[in-house]
Amino acid sequence: MLTASLFIAAISACSGSGPQSSLEPEGPIAQDIDDLWEFVLILATIVLVIVLAVFVISLIRFRERKDDQRRPRQVHGNTRLEIAWTILPAVLLAVLAVPTVQGIFDIRTPPEGPDVLQIKVTGHQWWWEFEYPDITSDDGRTLLTANELHIPAGTRVNLTMTSADVIHSFWVPPLNGKRDVVPGRVSFLTLVASEEALVADNGFGPGVVLGQCAEFCGLAHADMRLRVFVETPEDFEAWAQQQLEPAAVPTEGAAAAGFETFNQVCTACHQATVSQPDGTVETIGLENFIEARGADSPFWSSFGPNLTHFGSRTTFGGASLDNVTDHLTQWLANPSDLKPMAPEYNDLAEGRILGMPNFGLAPDEIANLVELLQRWE
Amino acid sequence: MAVTAERVDLRPPGERGVWSWLTTVDHKRIGLLYGVTAFAFFFIGGLEALLIRLQLAQANGEVLSADAYNQLFTMHGLTMVFLVIMPIAAAFTNYFLPILIGARDVAFPRLNAFSYWLFLFSGIMIYSSFVVGGSPDGAWVGYSPLATQITETVRMDYWAIGLNLLGVASIASSANFIATVFTMRAPGMTMLRMPVFAWMALVVAFLLIFSLPPVAIGLFQLFLDRNFGALFYQAAAGGDPLLWQHLFWLFGHPEVYVLILPAMGIISEILPVFSRKPLFGYEFVVFSGAAIGFVGFGVWAHHMFTSGMGPVAEAGFGIATMIIAVPTGVKIFNWIGTTWGGRIRFQTPMLFSLAFIAMFVIGGLSGVTHAVVPADTQQHDSYYVVAHFHYVLFGGAVFGYVAGVYYWFPKWTGRMLHEGWGKVHFWLMLIGFNLTFAPMHILGLNGMPRRTYQYGEGLGWDFWNLIATVGAFTIGVSFLLFLGNILWARTRGIPAGNDPWDGRTLEWTISSPPPVHNFDVEPVVHSLDDFWHRKYAEDEEGRLVKMPAVTGGTLVETGGEGEGDTHDAHEDIHMPSPSYYPALSSLGLVITGYGLIYLSWGWAAVVVGMMITLWGLFGWSLEPITREEH
Amino acid sequence: MASHPVAETLPGGHAESGHDIHRIRKTAMWVFLGSECLFFGAMIATFLLYRNSTGDGPGPEIFDIPFTSASSFVLLMSSLTMVLAHDAFERGDSRQARVWLGGTALLGSTFLAGQIFEFTEFIHEGLTLPTSPFASSFYMLTGFHGIHVAVGVMLLMAMFILSLNGRLYDDRGLNVELVGLYWHFVDIVWIVIFTVVYLLQVL
Repeated sequence: MLTASLFIAAISACSGSGPQSSLEPEGPIAQDIDDLWEFVLILATIVLVIVLAVFVISLIRFRERKDDQRRPRQVHGNTRLEIAWTILPAVLLAVLAVPTVQGIFDIRTPPEGPDVLQIKVTGHQWWWEFEYPDITSDDGRTLLTANELHIPAGTRVNLTMTSADVIHSFWVPPLNGKRDVVPGRVSFLTLVASEEALVADNGFGPGVVLGQCAEFCGLAHADMRLRVFVETPEDFEAWAQQQLEPAAVPTEGAAAAGFETFNQVCTACHQATVSQPDGTVETIGLENFIEARGADSPFWSSFGPNLTHFGSRTTFGGASLDNVTDHLTQWLANPSDLKPMAPEYNDLAEGRILGMPNFGLAPDEIANLVELLQRWE
Repeated sequence: MAVTAERVDLRPPGERGVWSWLTTVDHKRIGLLYGVTAFAFFFIGGLEALLIRLQLAQANGEVLSADAYNQLFTMHGLTMVFLVIMPIAAAFTNYFLPILIGARDVAFPRLNAFSYWLFLFSGIMIYSSFVVGGSPDGAWVGYSPLATQITETVRMDYWAIGLNLLGVASIASSANFIATVFTMRAPGMTMLRMPVFAWMALVVAFLLIFSLPPVAIGLFQLFLDRNFGALFYQAAAGGDPLLWQHLFWLFGHPEVYVLILPAMGIISEILPVFSRKPLFGYEFVVFSGAAIGFVGFGVWAHHMFTSGMGPVAEAGFGIATMIIAVPTGVKIFNWIGTTWGGRIRFQTPMLFSLAFIAMFVIGGLSGVTHAVVPADTQQHDSYYVVAHFHYVLFGGAVFGYVAGVYYWFPKWTGRMLHEGWGKVHFWLMLIGFNLTFAPMHILGLNGMPRRTYQYGEGLGWDFWNLIATVGAFTIGVSFLLFLGNILWARTRGIPAGNDPWDGRTLEWTISSPPPVHNFDVEPVVHSLDDFWHRKYAEDEEGRLVKMPAVTGGTLVETGGEGEGDTHDAHEDIHMPSPSYYPALSSLGLVITGYGLIYLSWGWAAVVVGMMITLWGLFGWSLEPITREEH
Repeated sequence: MASHPVAETLPGGHAESGHDIHRIRKTAMWVFLGSECLFFGAMIATFLLYRNSTGDGPGPEIFDIPFTSASSFVLLMSSLTMVLAHDAFERGDSRQARVWLGGTALLGSTFLAGQIFEFTEFIHEGLTLPTSPFASSFYMLTGFHGIHVAVGVMLLMAMFILSLNGRLYDDRGLNVELVGLYWHFVDIVWIVIFTVVYLLQVL
């Protein structure tokens, strides 16, 4: 037992690995938490070892042997000992309480200042919507994306979060602890990625860390994942400008046919900001959303992810599927094949969206749509 | 004795057959019913756990669909908490609380039967959801507004109604146990002469009495939201989802102590017997148990450190949570102190009790790491938490209750469980348990959230998940051995006699199994561990000296005022008669429950169920307690 | 059926050590009432949380304080008649006990009728369960209390009927003292509800 628990303690101290591990911090906040955790772990391990050692010694020393005629002394207790082992743990816990309280106020203080990057996060069943309210185009549109969060290294990022439906929890372990995303409430979380995070590669490319929803939110809770791309400030700026560009409406070929279908089917829930051949820029799908939900929804902007730059994302379906032709084709044929969803319960007026329905698209329609979406980088 | 049997004509309408069990009001029979039922549910809940582990054995597992997985983990939690550990604790309490305090039955034998039948029928009701369109799938905590989101199916109605019915059963049995302890103790059995197990049963009863109402109200609110358009938890209309979390954890945290304290009571009985020493610091063990219960009401929000209560509340609840570790530590030190200087016999009840201590220390310490709020923001809702509470509730509670089964099986059946197979069971269970749950600490810290039916590749979780699955099946095998041992020992085990372990408490003074009326003569208690002091004295050094005259279990002491021969005393024993009203009343409640679940056409069932319940309750309150046949 | 009141129906084995069945029952009743305190406490807390969440629906301004004060007074008086019933029963005056039991049931029913009337009025004014969290918590709290009163009235009437046949005994689960405890508790809870839900919200 003793060896087993020592083994456990040892393993959990040094087996931090993986792109979603809290034991491999990629930023100062997660680092602080990890330091505190290691302090607690060491303290707890010392207590564990001492207590179990005394326990095992007692068991070995006072075991009944063959023909054991010992007559144990009937000790009923010892008040001094009792007081000692009441006070000792209390003191130990007081030691622990100090950094705990300090840590609470540290992680709960939202960052302020002009250099803070503001991002609004909305949890949906089962995907993440991200809006950068301070990054706007000339015509006043804000940057919108889904499931893949891009942040500049070294910059403090303030997430302002709420939920469109049920409770979710935003968790990217290498950057910070989790924070619940509650409908009707706004919660905050600070993310800071270190410069080292730019090059750290845990199997998903340099600068990529993983996270996922941590509060059970229904059928596809497990597939409500997200990726954070840590970039240099220059790369981030370039990405942001590119994302603000409208997508071009194709004029010929498969993509043009795909756009027809997109306009008829997809815009019921999805939006895309497009530039027509004549240069006019409009957000298609927005009207449908406003009609169903009203214009005063302060946070979330659509029923499904904004698809303007779908082709530039590495994943889709709540960051659970690689954005490749095969997956996309299969998804459009029947979304619930790839990710468990319950679109039969969708009720747009109630704002209850439990996944993308199967629209019964024909194979050529699907191919055209794939062509369109991949072109919209 | 023939005279006695004739005069103490206890349960005239037969002691055999289904009807006798259906109408029994004997606390021992009800205890056995609780035990057997809980054990059956344990195998169901265990099967669910094995399916879950199969699914998670490797990345992208495809044994179960997401829908099936969500139902299974919800039912696993619900089953283990409400249909296994609470009732197994109720089984021990029912069977032994009256005997340990020298009573002939609980205060309200029929209310006791009512609690059992309501528990059984509610359990069956919740499980019937599997065959009529799916079981509850919103996790056992049923966080709103997820729990109120889909009203097209009745899955979460089964959960809301089922839990409330189970709550009624628990409140009834708790009131019963409290009244029993306060009013039915044998002469001389002062509160501070009660065995620790009786004390813990009392604390648990108070915890339930005060913690169940808030969650019952929460469940009603969810039910009204789901079925009558109420807005308690609808954020868009101004409802606050966090209200549910407060109401739930105001119950849910004391519930943790409801699950663990009886097990602590059991091992506090076992350790002294197998160390041949009194419990070290009896008063401290008792009062620390009461303190845990009391402080347990002030820490509920440590389940909500990520929900956004604000730093002041988080700091407060974090510190309160650390404080509760102090009385818990006191208990552990006293248990170790009990073994120190003893003559320790490593028989199966003792082995499981010792494992309880070791595993509980680990679970307790990982609990302290949750109190460190910043660290908890990483641990919360991850597999680290799953590891923690299994160390407490499996490594702790289940080991404790299994210890209790090995310890008291001879008293139930008159036969011993097989010691060799018991040891194999022990080692398999201990190894399997650690293989299953120790890796989950690592998984959680490496970012694996709980309640996820699948995980992707490349996250570094595959290896430890596989180990955990191997461990889970090891546990499964160990429990099959346990079951086999029980079935074998029932008829072929070594006859136990009255006092197989050289025990300290009153149950070992009477025959195995005990007579219906428990004590031929009401015992008179002179000290803590009264029976022990009738067998042993202490010399000047405080060492044990066996008293020559008395042999275990055959001891008779005339009790009560006045002398009189034993036959006179027997004449006064009127045990309550069997009654079918308790089962009838609880059946009516469950029919009502079904009606509420299927409200659209269930009104008739609601009316019928209420009428049956009323019929049962009125019949019950008007029937004489003992049948007058003489 | 028993034709003699006490003595022989004591539960098993208790006679010899003098366990008092009344004490046992009263202990359990007090424990149950302790539990009930938390039931109502949880609902009152919910109401306080939502007292301003009236949405587009009506708020506390629709309360008719004089009317509810009157019905509260009726309920309070029923506690007095309950005491008188218990007193008469203790004296062995079953006739008078019956009168007071009936009176208590009548006063309780009057209170219930008042509550039904009040609910009907509120519904007419647009306050229904799904109107707002305020409405939901108001109806749940006062409705639950109403159910408690109704259960009490049923128990009183059952005792009334039993007493007609001379079958109302002290040793039964259904006895005047226990029902009295319950009834007083329900009354006290109403005083709290009336203060918190009605008076404090209007002031």
